[in-house]
Amino acid sequence: MLLIKNGRVIDPASRTESELDILIDAEKIVRVGAGLAAEGAEIFDAAGLIVAPGFIDLHCHLREPGQELSETIESGARAAARGGFTAICPMPNTQPVHDNASVTRAMVEQAKAVAAVRVWPIGAVSIGSKGEALAEISAMQDAGVVAISDDGKPVATARLLRQAMDYCGPLGLPVIDHCEDVSLAAGGVMREGPRSIRLGLKGMPAAAESICVGRDVEVAALTGGHLHIAHLSTAASLEHVRRAKKQGLRVTCEVTPHHFTLIDEDVQYDSRYKMNPPLASREDREALRAGLADGSVDAIATDHAPHHAASKDVEFDRAPFGITGFETALSLALDELLHPGRITLIRLVELFTTGPAKVLGMERKIAAGAVADLTIFSLEHRWTFRAAETASRSRNSPFDGREFRGAPMATVVAGRVVYKR
Amino acid sequence: MIPRFRNLLGTEPLSREQIEFILDQTRAFQEFQRHPLKKLATLRGKTVALAFFEPSTRTRISFATAASRLGADTMNLQAESSSLKKGESLLDTVWTLEAMKPDIVVMRHSSSGAAEFVARHIDVPVINAGDGSHEHPSQALLDALTIRDRKGSLENWNVTILGDILHSRVARSNIHLLSKFGVRITLCGPPMWLPRELELLAPNIRRVWRIEEALDGADVVMVLRVQTERMHEPALPADEYIRRYQLTPERLRLARPDAMVMHPGPMIRGLEIDPAVADGPQSCVLEQVTNGLAVRMTLLFHLISAPATDAPHPAKDSHASD
Amino acid sequence: MRVVEKRQLLSAEEMDRTLQRLAHEIVEKSGGTADLALIGIRRRGVPLSERLAKSIAGFSGVNVPVGTLDITLYRDDLSTVAPQPVVQSNDISFPVDDRDLVLVDDVLYTGRTVRAAMNGLFDLGRPRRIRLCVLIDRGHRELPVAAVFIGRTVDTSDTEIVEVRLQEIDREERVMLVDRVS
Repeated sequence: MLLIKNGRVIDPASRTESELDILIDAEKIVRVGAGLAAEGAEIFDAAGLIVAPGFIDLHCHLREPGQELSETIESGARAAARGGFTAICPMPNTQPVHDNASVTRAMVEQAKAVAAVRVWPIGAVSIGSKGEALAEISAMQDAGVVAISDDGKPVATARLLRQAMDYCGPLGLPVIDHCEDVSLAAGGVMREGPRSIRLGLKGMPAAAESICVGRDVEVAALTGGHLHIAHLSTAASLEHVRRAKKQGLRVTCEVTPHHFTLIDEDVQYDSRYKMNPPLASREDREALRAGLADGSVDAIATDHAPHHAASKDVEFDRAPFGITGFETALSLALDELLHPGRITLIRLVELFTTGPAKVLGMERKIAAGAVADLTIFSLEHRWTFRAAETASRSRNSPFDGREFRGAPMATVVAGRVVYKR
Repeated sequence: MIPRFRNLLGTEPLSREQIEFILDQTRAFQEFQRHPLKKLATLRGKTVALAFFEPSTRTRISFATAASRLGADTMNLQAESSSLKKGESLLDTVWTLEAMKPDIVVMRHSSSGAAEFVARHIDVPVINAGDGSHEHPSQALLDALTIRDRKGSLENWNVTILGDILHSRVARSNIHLLSKFGVRITLCGPPMWLPRELELLAPNIRRVWRIEEALDGADVVMVLRVQTERMHEPALPADEYIRRYQLTPERLRLARPDAMVMHPGPMIRGLEIDPAVADGPQSCVLEQVTNGLAVRMTLLFHLISAPATDAPHPAKDSHASD
Repeated sequence: MRVVEKRQLLSAEEMDRTLQRLAHEIVEKSGGTADLALIGIRRRGVPLSERLAKSIAGFSGVNVPVGTLDITLYRDDLSTVAPQPVVQSNDISFPVDDRDLVLVDDVLYTGRTVRAAMNGLFDLGRPRRIRLCVLIDRGHRELPVAAVFIGRTVDTSDTEIVEVRLQEIDREERVMLVDRVS
């Protein structure tokens, strides 16, 4: 039994924001109330800390199978636990691509054996993510996938997207799209704009994303299915999503911490600033921050994309896209959104919990009978992120050396404390 | 005292004073080119590594000759025979070079930022001889010297740059350098290669769509090379380019009567420039080449002879003599 | 580096008399002014060579050609160059071949400057003869270099510096012996 005492419980599902204790037995929450006591229970003193339902990361890359030099399910899950995440959703662009149930089973088994947190895989939309024929989606779902995506690339054609959304409707699976018009973006390595011109780097215009989002939203209207936009990064894309929601379409979206923190002007000849979608304009960042606050954005997702050092330590043009994100996500949200007063605490917790849960058709709450997944964090704890000390196998983060105010302090998965700072 | 710089990665970071210092120092090397015996022992025993990951004949030969006339030895890496083709990374190639202890690396590469990237990783000064679309500082310096010698100063001229500006490192280096001297810059070329953001690079830049308007009142006309085919871009047919942007004698007459015509080379006569203009009295192309050699001697001399470091140099007073 | 003035070696009048005497010596020991030319070594050799030429013109009526030589590129030890080497051009408008050249400098010390100057001259052609004229010879030669025309010979120690101050450059006119103080 585990008794979490004296914490400030923030539960979006019940709109609770008060000092409450939580009693956990086996893998479930058995009681929530003030001044609880329990014989023989291990006590976790959460005084001065926030206790939230367990965070979910809708978008990450664990590189297993096939690229274990950069990350494995085990190392990624450990890094996720240090970031306060209790469940993570790895994308299918592994080697081989996760497009069939045997890969799903292998991942799920491995996760059960070694992962500190829950691993809910995302399967490919198309075989090999080649954008031609649908993958064996229902088989993957039976084996454990919670969504499908061809991430790394956009769903190749409107026709394929329509097929996938039609097919997934009855299955209750969201289709997650990495929105990018390849003909506009091809060859680009950062956002097209004054900075790319100055640096002499080929840019991807913002329209490359929003054109594809627009296409996808129309297909969502056509099919009535659930479309989730991965790593949305521009104001124009957000406008499409807002309008879709207003029309009652089932369109959701996520934003990464680096997109609400950095902008294109921050880019230097350093591949830790290279990711896809690229860092956007100042105006885009403002729009994203507003969308995070007003509910147009449903979730914060990290798009944790580890790359081992040798692969990133090359000329900007040649470096692969992506940065790590598990361990800095919450602290960035606190520093960039909460502390400056851009969002409320309960809204921040929603973005990490009920928001992503809803996208997956699940619940996340702190209540008797609920699963005992909790994220305990501090709004004030000062720390410095050092990439060399990360649990991830990779160190490609532009936040190396950054000082933060606020940090994940403990992560509880299925009633066990899997991480304590 | 003019602040020293260890690497020459671009003209953007240089101050006016630093640029003027380099141009002033080049005078001695211009004079040197007229000596009957063009061989100094100044950099004897020093090694200049020429790391050209992108094919180049003219710039490489210019730097190699500059090194040789200063008495230095050269180490030559050329893209065609490079181990890069065998998959070796840029860093490994450069670290291999560094292990042979050159005194300076002169580098050309197809990726913007490659020179800065290499400079961060080796303990040898780096001269950027062209990185992707970003900068080609020695070209801008020799262009500035050519203008200054012909016109007497660099201040306040009207300079028109013609061609594919978006992909041109020569254009960028010139824009950064000339704008520090109050030059008014007019950019003209195919619109898809002339984005609005170019006007934000420096003050006093405007874009113009018609070549006639671009040449009106120009004191200097810089013609850029043309690559009619580009990766990920629709090609522009050569005839279209000639029709809209070729510098012909008729069009040149719209500029000031004493306007200078410049070209970084190599020229494609009949494409971006009419042969009559290329060979005409206003063409400065050969001066550019001669000046290029002198400028590169200046750069090699200054960056090798007393490389800037963080440690303070023992003070020398002006009376110290032997 | 701090320096402390020790004593004056030559006053302005003494400098002027010495230069006049050197100018006469040069013409006498050259058997006249035919083929003669003066080359001042930058920096302070330059005004000195100009004054010598003026003096020669004064008593002989002949304008002996004067050139200036910058030896920065010819030094044998780059690290002894100032923190910011500044290269000036040479300014020698007459051909050097077969000339009877007199190199002029303010102070002769180790001899390395003169060696560099000779390298520079040989790049320009083949003079018939090169001789050296200095205002002060302070000893401590490190190379087999000797001056034919010497204003004054002075004994110095290693820490001392001979400062020839000229109106054209230093806005004052005298020769000082100074000492380096750590």
